[in-house]
Amino acid sequence: MSLDAATVRRIAKLARLHVAEAELPRLADELSGILGWIEQLNEVDTSNVPPLAGTMQMALRLRDDVITDDITGGGRADEILANAPGRAGNFFTVPKVVE
Amino acid sequence: MTDLTDLTLADARARLRAREISATELTEAHLSAIAAHNPRLNAYITLTADLARAQASAADAALAAGNAGPLTGIPLGIKDLFCTKGVRTTAGSRILADFVPPYESTVTANLLRDGAVFLGKTNLDEFAMGSSNMTSAFGPVENPWLRRGSNAALVPGGSSGGSVAAVAARLAMGATATDTGGSIRQPAAFCGLAGIKPTYGRCSRFGIIAFASSLDQAGPVARTVQDCAILLRSMAGFDPKDSTSADQTVPDFEAALGRGVRGLRIGVPTEYRVPGTNPEITAIWEKGLAWLLAEGADIIDVSLPHTKYGLATYYIIAPAEASSNLARYDGVRFGLRDAEPNDDLIGLYEHTRARGFGSEVQRRILIGTYVLSAGYYDAYYLKAQKLRALIARDFTNAFAQVDALLTPTAPTAAFAMGEKMDDPIAMYLNDVFTVPASIAGVPAMSIPAALNQDGLPLGLQVIGNSFDEETVFAVAAALERAAGFAARPGQ
Amino acid sequence: MPYTIEGATGPWEVVIGLEVHAQIISEAKLFSGAATAFGAEPNTQVSFIDAGFPGMLPVPNRECIAQAVRTGLGLNAEINLVSRFDRKNYFYADLPSGYQITQFAYPIVGRGAVTIELADGTTREIGITRLHVEQDAGKSLHDQDPALSYIDLNRAGVALMEIVSEPDMRCPEEAGAYLTKLRAILRYLGTCDGNMDEGSLRADVNVSVRKPGENFRTRCEIKNVNSIRFAMQAIEYEAKRQVRVWEAGDEVRQETRLYEPARGITRSMRGKEDAHDYRYFPDPDLLPLELDAAWVEQLRESLPELPDARRARFIAQYGIPAYDAAVLVADKSVADFYEAVAAGHDGRLAANYITGDLFAALNRTGRGIETTPVSITALRELLALLKNATINGRIAKDVFEQMVETGEMPSAIVDRLGLRQITDTAAIDAAVASVLAANPDKLAEYRAGKEKLFAFFVGQVMKAMQGRGNPALVNEALQKAL
Repeated sequence: MSLDAATVRRIAKLARLHVAEAELPRLADELSGILGWIEQLNEVDTSNVPPLAGTMQMALRLRDDVITDDITGGGRADEILANAPGRAGNFFTVPKVVE
Repeated sequence: MTDLTDLTLADARARLRAREISATELTEAHLSAIAAHNPRLNAYITLTADLARAQASAADAALAAGNAGPLTGIPLGIKDLFCTKGVRTTAGSRILADFVPPYESTVTANLLRDGAVFLGKTNLDEFAMGSSNMTSAFGPVENPWLRRGSNAALVPGGSSGGSVAAVAARLAMGATATDTGGSIRQPAAFCGLAGIKPTYGRCSRFGIIAFASSLDQAGPVARTVQDCAILLRSMAGFDPKDSTSADQTVPDFEAALGRGVRGLRIGVPTEYRVPGTNPEITAIWEKGLAWLLAEGADIIDVSLPHTKYGLATYYIIAPAEASSNLARYDGVRFGLRDAEPNDDLIGLYEHTRARGFGSEVQRRILIGTYVLSAGYYDAYYLKAQKLRALIARDFTNAFAQVDALLTPTAPTAAFAMGEKMDDPIAMYLNDVFTVPASIAGVPAMSIPAALNQDGLPLGLQVIGNSFDEETVFAVAAALERAAGFAARPGQ
Repeated sequence: MPYTIEGATGPWEVVIGLEVHAQIISEAKLFSGAATAFGAEPNTQVSFIDAGFPGMLPVPNRECIAQAVRTGLGLNAEINLVSRFDRKNYFYADLPSGYQITQFAYPIVGRGAVTIELADGTTREIGITRLHVEQDAGKSLHDQDPALSYIDLNRAGVALMEIVSEPDMRCPEEAGAYLTKLRAILRYLGTCDGNMDEGSLRADVNVSVRKPGENFRTRCEIKNVNSIRFAMQAIEYEAKRQVRVWEAGDEVRQETRLYEPARGITRSMRGKEDAHDYRYFPDPDLLPLELDAAWVEQLRESLPELPDARRARFIAQYGIPAYDAAVLVADKSVADFYEAVAAGHDGRLAANYITGDLFAALNRTGRGIETTPVSITALRELLALLKNATINGRIAKDVFEQMVETGEMPSAIVDRLGLRQITDTAAIDAAVASVLAANPDKLAEYRAGKEKLFAFFVGQVMKAMQGRGNPALVNEALQKAL
């Protein structure tokens, strides 16, 4: 698989990573190299293999429907906002979004 | 009396309980060693000396009162991927350079519950992505080991490079680490330490900054197998806050150390005999098998047919998960915001993330985004999941025949800073022997077996069946006894 | 007569499918222990999990899963015993983790159906494609600052059900009826409160138009419509817009649009246009969700009676017309009110009072059944007064109006105003005699054979008795006297 600069530009946009135009060809080469190497997987016929997402052989555990006051609960606006790079009162702030 | 920092964790525990030494002395000895050697090694990103002293003093009180826990007074390094309440946690990234979590990870909370003293947060590859510790935003970590007759700085391996360098250089008695594709075992091998990646689900991932959620596992690194057993017992355990945490009781791993290997069937995966492997690596592997044979184990050839696809599979799954896990670093709720004055929200995202993440992390985010994107999911991600099923099945089949597997940990000894840096794939190949166990979720441990001709440590890897860390410990302890590895860096 | 839009090139059919986001009723959020109550101070109901902090992990809430299963059962849908959570990846200011945890490939509920009732008395079946569980995003406030948007994550992580219909609806009325019925079912089940103004029920409306007999054409999605009326208006506007676009020789572009109620138009949403590549993949923090079949059966057995069944029962049990029954069951609280009033009384009369006088009074005063000025006890007492002939039907109407106005009990009103029915035959005979004496000419006409004047005499007697005469006794006395 050979990636072109336009594809890298699109992927970088999806990933919200600013990439300078001048960097695109180098990145395209690098990523193409990695993807080319990955394509060795095509040697293996997996048509009858079910995919495996994880290795834990158990069902999903569920929690009770209770409001908690430990680390998994709310009621901690100060802590939630303590690391915020943009804040007004008890809100996070970002540059204005036009919908 | 030997330097307190030279004690094994088990010895220190005994002496603390016997009140022959105090936790404060032990902690101060380590803080002095850190002051002396950390400037060169860069093993710690953040030191928590005051906190450590307070914890040591509390430990002394507990020891005096006779209610010491399993780790009371033991000074540890904490990989800077574990969130520690009130102590900056960076993941080795500029994007989290000032992040102070208001919460504690379950693993570190378990260690604190058992009385451990935290010396500081250890350096790592950024977001645990790397095998050299060269990708940290806080600078590379130097391996305390040097090639005989050379002063060339070597890498400690990665991603848990700071943890292993600290423990090898006696800047901590043990350390927490995490392993996604080899990040405990490969650096342990590079620095002459023992390190175990337990079964996926054995240690809670709650509060550990995620790299690839279906692969990430915490584990300890220490100078002996016993020390690892002690640490893992404290770190492990069921956590209802992690949906993938196993509801299994934690065995007394230490009790398994003396079991011996008589009658155990040890598998030798033929596919690990990769052509062109360094003869020193092959030789130490043979030696390891000979030791186990001499101790009464049966050595059996087994096949893990899909071994060679492990790395490529890993380099789809891990970046895919990472690309999603790292989306939360967007400059809105925590962490770096580094945008242009007139940026709109998208500009804020793009500049913050481009400036906050290093190049390896960006590379993996791009790969991960690509393999999940419309039209490519089946060809890459789904394909990798199918390979994952085949690799996991390989291990299931192997463990129907044997009790544990023995392999080398890494294809080379520690390499010099600057080597392998230009070619990502060459760097990825470091993990060729460690990745399959990660993909299958099975426990695997590296132990130091010998020095190579340059005087650098080489590791052997013991891989066990799911939730059978006890057999892994039994085999590792037997190897450790046979190897009699006593070398230490700087001698 | 099918609904069509007359364009310059002939009639156009409208095709409508709805994706309804219904907030699940639960104490805590889908993946955290933070509260879900509406209207709290900003960011006070947010856990580190909801805010996507480093190292945080989701653990699903059993009740939220149960609510989704109940809803699936209530929609006569297949329950998938194995489903899975996926991540939907996109960046937005109020989406904390950079992904939404949802169910993409394997939803918890599969195909089902809802029967809707239309104004002409006909019914139609609307297919349900699927129902899945997902987490809500936070809220962006764009009007607080000239340069900034404010983010409140209280809603982030609240459990939602997305209920996707087949594109089975063909006119705004059907879409309205579907939403009304769906909301009734959710309220009956107690799985969603259905409050559209608080955002606990929101609809994404997919609209396309086509010439009769054609395959589907490109659709547009109108996002986040928060009232049934707006949904119907938006469909009407959007369908006409698309007809104009096609007939102008252009193509309708697949896009996300927003309905502006104030202007009655839909418009393209900026910023939602680029990159609809959500990169769904199984959430590696969550294992497959496996439901115990016995648990699902327990939930099925504990389901409450749903609108359709209740309507059938009302018709059978209370002998009321199908139309009245439909009106009563449409709102669970109305149906509950009705049953409480009707117990032991004349069901038809109770239905008449509720669908007639009470609804008129509620409409007039802008109230709902929850704040009705006429309580269940009061209405039951009124029916009792009628039954034991303390008052007659004519007086009851006046008493009811007094009840609405004052909130008093009917017996108190009757006593205060002296409205008790007169059954004293002597008093009635006296009233009859005086009426006959006052109208000798009418009496002569009647006796000459103009029998329809009987009603005139009844009216005069009742009037003389301020309406309080027992109608049967008045009749009897008049018959005799005449």
